[in-house]
Amino acid sequence: MLRRRLNRWFGGEDRRVGSRTIYVGHRPCPANEVFIPPKFCDNRIVSSKYTVWNFLPKNLFEQFRRIANFYFLIIFLVQVIVDTPTSPVTSGLPLFFVITVTAIKQGYEDWLRHKADNEVNKYRVTVLEDGRRIQKESEKIKVGDVLEVEEDETFPCDLILLQSSRDDGTCFVTTASLDGESNHKTHYTVPDTERDVESLNATIECEQPQPDLYKFVGRMHIYKNNEEPSLRSLGPENLLLKGATLKNTQSICGVAVYTGMETKMALNYQGKSQKRSVVEKSINAFLLVYLCILVSKALVCTTLKYVWQSKPGQDEPWYNEKTLKEKETNLYLNMFTDFLSFMVLFNFIIPVSMYVTVEMQKFLGSFFISWDKDFFDSEIEEGALVNTSDLNEELGQVEYVFTDKTGTLTQNNMEFIECCIDGHQYKYRDASSEVDGFCVTDGPMNTVQQKAGREREELFLRALCLCHTVQVKESTEQGQGQDGRIDQVDGLMVDGQVVPPLQEQRGFIASSPDEIALVQGAMRYGFTFLGLESKTMKILNRANDVEMYELLHVLNFDPVRRRMSVIVRSISGETLLFCKGADSSIFPRVKQEEVEKIRMHVERNATDGYRTLCVAYKHLTAEEYDQVDSGLREARLALQDREEKLMAVYNQVETGMNLIGATAVEDRLQEEAAETMEALQGAGIKVWVLTGDKMETAKSTCYACRLFKRNTELLELTVRTLESPGKRREDRLHDLLLEYHKKTVQDAPPAKTRVARNWSSQDYGFIVDGATLSMVLNSSSENNLHDYKDLFLQICQNCTSVLCCRMAPLQKAQIVKMVKNSKGSPITLSIGDGANDVSMILEAHVGIGIKGKEGRQAVRNSDYAIPKLKHLKKLLLGHGHLYYVRIAHLVQYFFYKNLCFILPQFLYQFFCGCSQQPLYDAAYLTMYNICFTSMPILAYSLFEQHISIEMLLENATLYRQIGKNAMLRWGPFLYWTLLGVFHGLVFFFGVWFLFSNPALQDNGQAFGNWSYGTIVFTILVFTVTLKLALDTRHWTWINHFVIWGSLAFYVFFSFFWGGVIWPFLRQQRLYFVFANMLSSVSAWLVIIVLILLSLLPEILYVVLRKPRGPYARQKLVQSSAGGIQSPRSSARPLLMRTFSDESNTVS
Amino acid sequence: MVKQESESTNRPDNTAFTQQRLPAWQPILSAGIVIPGFVLIGLAFIGIGVALLVTSRSIQVLELDYTGDSNGSPCSSCSQSVIANCKCSLNFTLTTLFQGPVFFYYGLSNYFQNYRRYGASKDDNQLYGDLSYFTSPSSSCSPYDYDSSKKPIVPCGSIANSMFNDTFTLTWTVNGTTNNVPLDGKGIAWWTDYNIKYRNPSVTPLKNAFNGTVKPINWAKPAYELDASDPSNNGFVNQDFLVWMRRAALPNFRKLYRRIDASGDYQKGLPAGNYTIDITYNYPVRAFNGAKKIVFSNVSWMGGSNEFLGIAYLVIGSLCVVMSVVMLIVYAKFKFPDEE
Repeated sequence: MLRRRLNRWFGGEDRRVGSRTIYVGHRPCPANEVFIPPKFCDNRIVSSKYTVWNFLPKNLFEQFRRIANFYFLIIFLVQVIVDTPTSPVTSGLPLFFVITVTAIKQGYEDWLRHKADNEVNKYRVTVLEDGRRIQKESEKIKVGDVLEVEEDETFPCDLILLQSSRDDGTCFVTTASLDGESNHKTHYTVPDTERDVESLNATIECEQPQPDLYKFVGRMHIYKNNEEPSLRSLGPENLLLKGATLKNTQSICGVAVYTGMETKMALNYQGKSQKRSVVEKSINAFLLVYLCILVSKALVCTTLKYVWQSKPGQDEPWYNEKTLKEKETNLYLNMFTDFLSFMVLFNFIIPVSMYVTVEMQKFLGSFFISWDKDFFDSEIEEGALVNTSDLNEELGQVEYVFTDKTGTLTQNNMEFIECCIDGHQYKYRDASSEVDGFCVTDGPMNTVQQKAGREREELFLRALCLCHTVQVKESTEQGQGQDGRIDQVDGLMVDGQVVPPLQEQRGFIASSPDEIALVQGAMRYGFTFLGLESKTMKILNRANDVEMYELLHVLNFDPVRRRMSVIVRSISGETLLFCKGADSSIFPRVKQEEVEKIRMHVERNATDGYRTLCVAYKHLTAEEYDQVDSGLREARLALQDREEKLMAVYNQVETGMNLIGATAVEDRLQEEAAETMEALQGAGIKVWVLTGDKMETAKSTCYACRLFKRNTELLELTVRTLESPGKRREDRLHDLLLEYHKKTVQDAPPAKTRVARNWSSQDYGFIVDGATLSMVLNSSSENNLHDYKDLFLQICQNCTSVLCCRMAPLQKAQIVKMVKNSKGSPITLSIGDGANDVSMILEAHVGIGIKGKEGRQAVRNSDYAIPKLKHLKKLLLGHGHLYYVRIAHLVQYFFYKNLCFILPQFLYQFFCGCSQQPLYDAAYLTMYNICFTSMPILAYSLFEQHISIEMLLENATLYRQIGKNAMLRWGPFLYWTLLGVFHGLVFFFGVWFLFSNPALQDNGQAFGNWSYGTIVFTILVFTVTLKLALDTRHWTWINHFVIWGSLAFYVFFSFFWGGVIWPFLRQQRLYFVFANMLSSVSAWLVIIVLILLSLLPEILYVVLRKPRGPYARQKLVQSSAGGIQSPRSSARPLLMRTFSDESNTVS
Repeated sequence: MVKQESESTNRPDNTAFTQQRLPAWQPILSAGIVIPGFVLIGLAFIGIGVALLVTSRSIQVLELDYTGDSNGSPCSSCSQSVIANCKCSLNFTLTTLFQGPVFFYYGLSNYFQNYRRYGASKDDNQLYGDLSYFTSPSSSCSPYDYDSSKKPIVPCGSIANSMFNDTFTLTWTVNGTTNNVPLDGKGIAWWTDYNIKYRNPSVTPLKNAFNGTVKPINWAKPAYELDASDPSNNGFVNQDFLVWMRRAALPNFRKLYRRIDASGDYQKGLPAGNYTIDITYNYPVRAFNGAKKIVFSNVSWMGGSNEFLGIAYLVIGSLCVVMSVVMLIVYAKFKFPDEE
């Protein structure tokens, strides 16, 4: 939204060089005798395009930059300048209409942007001025102001941190909205400024604004009592960026260095690139065809005119002498003006009003998305949001969905679900159950014992409480109530519902939300982790006693070992090792007889989509511990191969453990995530999960979402699979790629059978991680780069789902871009909720934001925002499908109706000496597209439901029918064009034959040329409207009203237009022509017969088309839906149904 | 309470319209409707087609070319000469009664009344009787707006200037006596043209309105003297003038000249006998390879004779019937597999 361009205007190029000097608090400094307050831009964010003053000129300019509008402007100007058959009004009026409607729409959108800007700009901030706190509007911040920012506020501009409420001169910040990293980052105050910000006398010298978020160079001169100014260097660790949020720190003070459009955020903002839908591209292609038709028509006519004129006696018959001026003009100039005149005469073939109608359809149609109550989420009390209406139909064309995992597929809300101790399953039931909430739900089948021993339970819970790296959040005064619950991203999590009120404010901080879930799980069962204080872990046990453990060592988690351990010493002097990790890494290291009991649970949990961890412990004797201790110390001090050495010690310790149990943590899926994903896959959409998360987690989510199914063969291309002894990674990558390629592409059944394949054939799932991906994408040029990329793409495209884990935000966008630009340029959709998804949301054809918890960054940058993932299904399968069908029909219909509108006029040229005589009256030429035929198609394109929404949702495969722009390819276009030509020929020659004897009234009077045109026009209006009526499958009262209404309006208008002598007209051409026409029986008869003749093929087509194509497809639908009986209603072939239904009633 | 209010503002309206659930009629072109419909329409069309064809066949038409481009034809001398009011005559014989009412048309071919510049070359304001346009005709009339001495031409423009000026008299010779067939020139133009669209300036005598103007170059007489016999048939509301001013749609056209006055002997039409048309040949057409003809025709409820409509109805009617048969076959063919 923020325009870089604007920024360039503000920050003149010359100001970019060198550095800027900032006077902290605007206090003059002793060193500088003369205090010149430097001028910087204010803190206003401007994302709007127009102001009240420049709206008109700027908007007009922008509009006429569009090819179509420019074309019409040119036509209009030609009409004004050259003597043309039609008056400038005929094209000026529609153009005016178009421009006005578009301007209103854009004005409205800009007004919304103004509103959003104002929200940011009017935000109240606290400024310290002369020792007082003053509330100011954010936009009034000036460079040099000292600001106070409180916890959870975002910084209103780029600040240098001067003072923090924390003792150590640090503050924590999340930059989630800038780069998507949601972890806490530590920033430092400038030394020596800590104490007295109010009296601080300093200047800051820093570089001019530049977009790099991680670079900042500057220095600060601090003046103290005429001492030599002390110099402090400033780096990025001192700079707080606009858009970042203050965390875990009560308040800070900082001085503004960059404001408004010069902040790093504003500089970094990529202007939203204009997304164009495929439909628009199709329109442009069709437009080109019609432009060619137009030009060739004009050329043919011009040529014919001069051929005809070259015959003796034809050029200037005595009854029609040329004017002096015409005689004098150069022949070639005449030819040229004739050509232009023909262009003007036929220019209606390119439908001006189509653009308006398309815009209106999109604009109005998008309301149905925001109005849809199915998209309303009662939790956040919001429905769907439409940020752009240009892409409605693109929703019906999606081939690839790129989804974020955390917060999109899952709720990012880890919850301890159950655990298993010694083979006994424990499931937590809400407070209503046993006092300690601990009950056995399912025991191993072969044991009589119902519950594991109490000491085993407690051991297990202690293990959960001790074996982690979680820290307890210091509860601050502000951190009460809801504050503690906001930050689930960062793993600060309090489950206020379950924990007793005493502990409500307790928050935990950890690198992984799983650990928190485990600690909280233990808390629910009575063991509360109180915190770590100087190597002592405190636990509040069930009996409300505090247990203390000395933390001896933490054997950190790493993805290769896939486990972590702690070594603690209890007060009683016991040394214990607790270990938790993935089953695969724990099971080999414990006593085998214990494994089987647990394995069953773990596997069941895993297939349920839970993240499972096994917990084991080991008593260490004093000697053992000493050995481990010394081993670890030694390894830690090692200068070489430290990692390997540590690993060796770890592996040595973590053996022969006793398995206590396993845990199951659920990252709860979004509601109906699995159903949604299944529906998308059923619709032929490939779903790719792009996540920054760990592979295991992501994989389990994929299973839970049924993206991977049990029979899906997983192809892994990750750091782990590349790890193989004796081979370079690159070689291994090469081998794997080739292998997978062979599997998925070469051995796959040929495309033809794949189209009709049923789902029982082998499905492949592909897993790739960020590191490997970058190896593939950036593979050094010596390994033929294209090969890798192509191989990779081909593999991906042949897999039903792809999981990319450990992705940086930029890599997400890279992937989207790669797919977007691949062969066939498939339509991509990105869906995400966090700031780290913004890049991919912007990159994809359609970006969808989830109105989740991670701020509004994604929503703001998306094209559509929905409250929950589950809404995606209706958005694509329901709305998207309908929008596509509607607009595709709209476009084709528009070209068609203008072709059969103008073709008779073209044909007429052969019978009027190619003199550019219009067939229709100017009023008809103008009104045809604006009034007579525009409303029915608009109503159609807003309300048509050729298949009901319920059917579309139930039957995901229907989505495939419109895939690949099916309704706007050249085939359908040709069909519509031929239909238009056919109709045009019928209209013109039907009436031509009639006029072989122009005496059409029973009083012997003859009809003239305007009668001819009016008869053709009447047939035309009725035919194209009835053609639309034939296509309409869903007749609401609005359709009825509009279709019959516009026909009635046409008749009424014609009477009216012909019934009055219009003083402003030079020629009363149509005076009583229409009424006279209606008085002629022949005219009536010819109108009826020609309308029927025109529609006959259409009716035949509609009736006969149905038995074949869709019926076969329908069978496929049923088989592919996996035996689910698809409802046999409107999706069934039309003819079949009616026939069989009838035969039922008859027989 | 506040919460509920905010909910109601945020929550989308649950109306049939916003939820796209408006009650809708979902017509299906089922064979059950289409086949009987087609049969019905087809039969109706065939019926109309037969009626039209019969009617059209019953219309008598007599066409006589009098261009005179071949040497033997009666008007060849006139067509070559440039003498004004050249006389020639055409003879024809009716063996049976020519059913009345009989209309007398003249026809021109290869004459482009639909030429754009030609068509625009008139001044409707002038023709509406607006005197201010008498002195300054519209520029669209050029080059027929002012004569060589810069005097305004009224009525200006190509159409008026090129008004058809051949005149005809019809005589019937029976039993050696020659009778003038009475021709009625009233009501040959559109009623609205005569009464509303074209008006003479309300100046009496009409001649005074034309002071300071000249007659169109090709005209023999000024507008106010077009019909010497009927003073009300002069100026812009002269019937022949109105007929001419309604431009033909196609280059081959006919325009109504007169009706045979259904009185006396001609009550039932033109009786059998020998007829002579005396032509005052003025209008040159050979320069542009045109042709002139005289057409006698009577009309029916559908207007003049035109076989096209009848044929079109017959063809399309039978097409409908054929199509319904085709659909029946499709029905029979596809019904059974669906039953499985």
